[in-house]
Amino acid sequence: MSDIGSYLDEHENKNLLRFITCGSVDDGKSTLIGRLLYDSKLIYEDQISALQDDSEKCGTTGAGEIDYALLLDGLKAEREQGITIDVAYRYFSTPQRKFIIADTPGHEQYTRNMATGASTANLAVILIDARYGVVTQTRRHAFIASLLGIRHLLVAVNKMDIGGYREETFLTIRQTFSDFARRLDIPDIRFVPVSALKGTNVSCRSPELTPWYTGPSLLEILESVDVSQDVNTHDFRFPVQTVLRPHLDFRGFAGTVVSGAVAPGERLRVLPSGKVSSVKRLVTADGDLERAFAPQAVTIELADEVDISSGDMLVHDNNLPRVRDRFEAVVIWMSEIPLKAGSHYLVRHAGRFVKARVAALLYAIDVNTMEQSEVAELPLNGIGRIVVETTLPLYVDAYAVNRATGSLVFVDPLSNVTAGAAMITDDVFVDAQTPRAVSDAATLIRDHVERREFHWETGLVTARDRLVRNRHVGKTVLVTGGSTIAVQTFGKELEQRLFRLNLNSYYLGYSSLSRGLASDVADIRSEHDAQIRRLGELSRILTDAGLIFITALPEADRYTVERLKLLSQPNELLTVELGGVGDAVRGAAITLDERTPLAEGVDAVLALLADNRVIPDYCI
Amino acid sequence: MSTLSQLRQLEAESIHIFRDAVSQAQNPILLYSIGKDSSVLVRLAQKAFYPGRLPFKLLHIDSTWKFREMIAFRDRFCAEQGLDLIVHSNEEGRAAGVNPFDYGSRKYTDIMKTQALLQALRQGKYDLAFGGARRDEEKSRAKERVFSFRDKHQQWDPKNQRPELWNSYNARVNPGESVRVFPLSNWTETDIWQYIRVERIPIVPLYFAAPRPVVERDGQWIMVDDARMRLAPGERPVERWVRFRTLGCYPLTGAVESRATTVEEIVAETLQVRVSERSTRVIDHDGDSSMEQKKREGYF
Repeated sequence: MSDIGSYLDEHENKNLLRFITCGSVDDGKSTLIGRLLYDSKLIYEDQISALQDDSEKCGTTGAGEIDYALLLDGLKAEREQGITIDVAYRYFSTPQRKFIIADTPGHEQYTRNMATGASTANLAVILIDARYGVVTQTRRHAFIASLLGIRHLLVAVNKMDIGGYREETFLTIRQTFSDFARRLDIPDIRFVPVSALKGTNVSCRSPELTPWYTGPSLLEILESVDVSQDVNTHDFRFPVQTVLRPHLDFRGFAGTVVSGAVAPGERLRVLPSGKVSSVKRLVTADGDLERAFAPQAVTIELADEVDISSGDMLVHDNNLPRVRDRFEAVVIWMSEIPLKAGSHYLVRHAGRFVKARVAALLYAIDVNTMEQSEVAELPLNGIGRIVVETTLPLYVDAYAVNRATGSLVFVDPLSNVTAGAAMITDDVFVDAQTPRAVSDAATLIRDHVERREFHWETGLVTARDRLVRNRHVGKTVLVTGGSTIAVQTFGKELEQRLFRLNLNSYYLGYSSLSRGLASDVADIRSEHDAQIRRLGELSRILTDAGLIFITALPEADRYTVERLKLLSQPNELLTVELGGVGDAVRGAAITLDERTPLAEGVDAVLALLADNRVIPDYCI
Repeated sequence: MSTLSQLRQLEAESIHIFRDAVSQAQNPILLYSIGKDSSVLVRLAQKAFYPGRLPFKLLHIDSTWKFREMIAFRDRFCAEQGLDLIVHSNEEGRAAGVNPFDYGSRKYTDIMKTQALLQALRQGKYDLAFGGARRDEEKSRAKERVFSFRDKHQQWDPKNQRPELWNSYNARVNPGESVRVFPLSNWTETDIWQYIRVERIPIVPLYFAAPRPVVERDGQWIMVDDARMRLAPGERPVERWVRFRTLGCYPLTGAVESRATTVEEIVAETLQVRVSERSTRVIDHDGDSSMEQKKREGYF
């Protein structure tokens, strides 16, 4: 039995290839998969006898021949309709490799199924009927494969037997597809001429039928394609799934290394707390590891007592993801209820649920032509680019570099159905200025402010006490609309004039903020959003302290102004517009002509502050 | 660059699924069937929460017609491993004397297995139940989700399953609804055997060949496990070297003739025989799409 022992050991140690098969209804996809399973000798005999009964009932291959497709269609309804309506998973192995096939339907309305199958696949087999060549569905399949980040495409030109195995047919299709595929981001594309029905070039090469084709068979490609480069081995990301505390002396953070690798002694940072510690042990039931890498499931014990809970993320201290509560993504919509800007959802990202809003639907992408168009909503199977805002920041990477931290799933908060899947785009900072985006973002910030105010701990000195002592109320003045120099100069002048009136004023420059309080923002792309948030929180604190807080932003868009306004609550923000686009856009309290002399402009603002009872009349 | 073998990838995936499910569930349970897949399932759960204990109990639906060796193994296994076991039977069915002989396999299975399971799940108010089903077992399971949604009536609607992308699972349910979670979804028969072999996982001795008293019915060997077995006129038990490829209720589970007494020998036989494993289960032959029908009704 030692040969069986070594057979089993060999089976255990094979590597794994997950692939997806896509084709139109009549491309012969099921026949191809049936053939692969049959040839790999994993079709057991009783399944085959059941198959022969079925073939006589409803097979389309005619008497005597086995209809391999019937082997696959699991559900009764679809067997009757003759189309595959959902993703089915099949398993087979050869001495070289183990395979998991996600068999997905090619029918038009089932984009969501293909996306589902593609989400875990390393490779996509795209079937083309040699008689019809590259058709709309072919482009659709290739596009979805590229969207889901598949790096290897195997184009099987099927039914070569019908046209007599003509080389020109194959070459024409290869050329047409290659021309089209230049628009996609798929680095490895191969072509093989096959007949799934006859088995030509499927498992073995068939030089007698296609002497002009010298490449490997379809199965040989599946067995040899190198997918080891596809995983992100660089960025260590570890979403904590559960905290294990079996006894007082052990506290372990259990999860899966979704990308990168980690070793004992390495310094880790905890998100969102920002605490830093180092790895003490990598615990598994089979003993401690010296190194853990994706996709291993381990339990991390840290050197220090750090407060960590399920949903937090551990990363290397020197390699941080982006921390975002607002980002762009491409979404594939999977719900009967269309996606609309402003809708609320839960998103599941890196093992936790967070409340979110679709802040904007930027455009829809036609799955067949890849053309963009403005739409009011995205229907089932629609693909579009959106702006997502979350109530808590997510720890994200772009999907292109990290499938695990770059992907998220939308869940309907009422029905709990999985409503869509999204891939975070590389350009995650969004400077959306549409009114719709602003108002939707506002709701999220309002939620935040509400929570913050609920927890705001007041001292014994009241705002009234401060007013009596200071003779003015706390207020934030935002100077915007002009050049950097103009707004800075104006802000500083205003600070000085108020100070000379014995009023407590304070000017903070934007660069002081970005190099100080906001200097920990790791990524240049998120700087703006993160700094505005900090500025807003500062505004709340300093006005609470009773100061007249002045800051200057040369070109604050409406979105930024709205955020600052909301974050400053319950105290109000007063916006001074220097020339520029006018108060209609930014809601400024006062708009000064750019030719207004500085002193005159400051006088006007002081008068306005007096009118608003921020400062007493007698000061001016 | 390190890579994991396919079996260790499956193991890691299963552990991930266990932890993810527990992080989402209020009141999870593990459906324990005593079979070899259940043994593997329990081992993976133990690994997922090591060095802690399992954060859920095991539930066994006792149809009252299980092999005696299964029950003995169950009690020994759970005691040795320190597992918290709940056993549930359909007491109404038991009182009414429901058995596979008088009621037929279909009705008996519905009352003593499906209904019993639904009773237990309702009583326990579980919102998530782990099961040991694999996608390669049977055609209708190829499309089963890892997290499979069940409505208020515990029913499975193939048209109303949630899309599953990446390894991001959605276990959210409204009150009364639940999710069945299958951590072994991507394991094949060979994977299970190899894992049992390398991990030295205890399984019920019935899987290994031994001389056992059997009668032949419809081309299958049925074991005469206790005195309740009804023999047809003239039918006499004979002793044969047999083993079981799956375990269930003894009057409904066919044995295969075999001399295989080790995992290696079983796998060797499997490779030669190539008869898919569920074919020895009588209930699968109750007509086309029978398993799909049972699943819709809530059978595991």
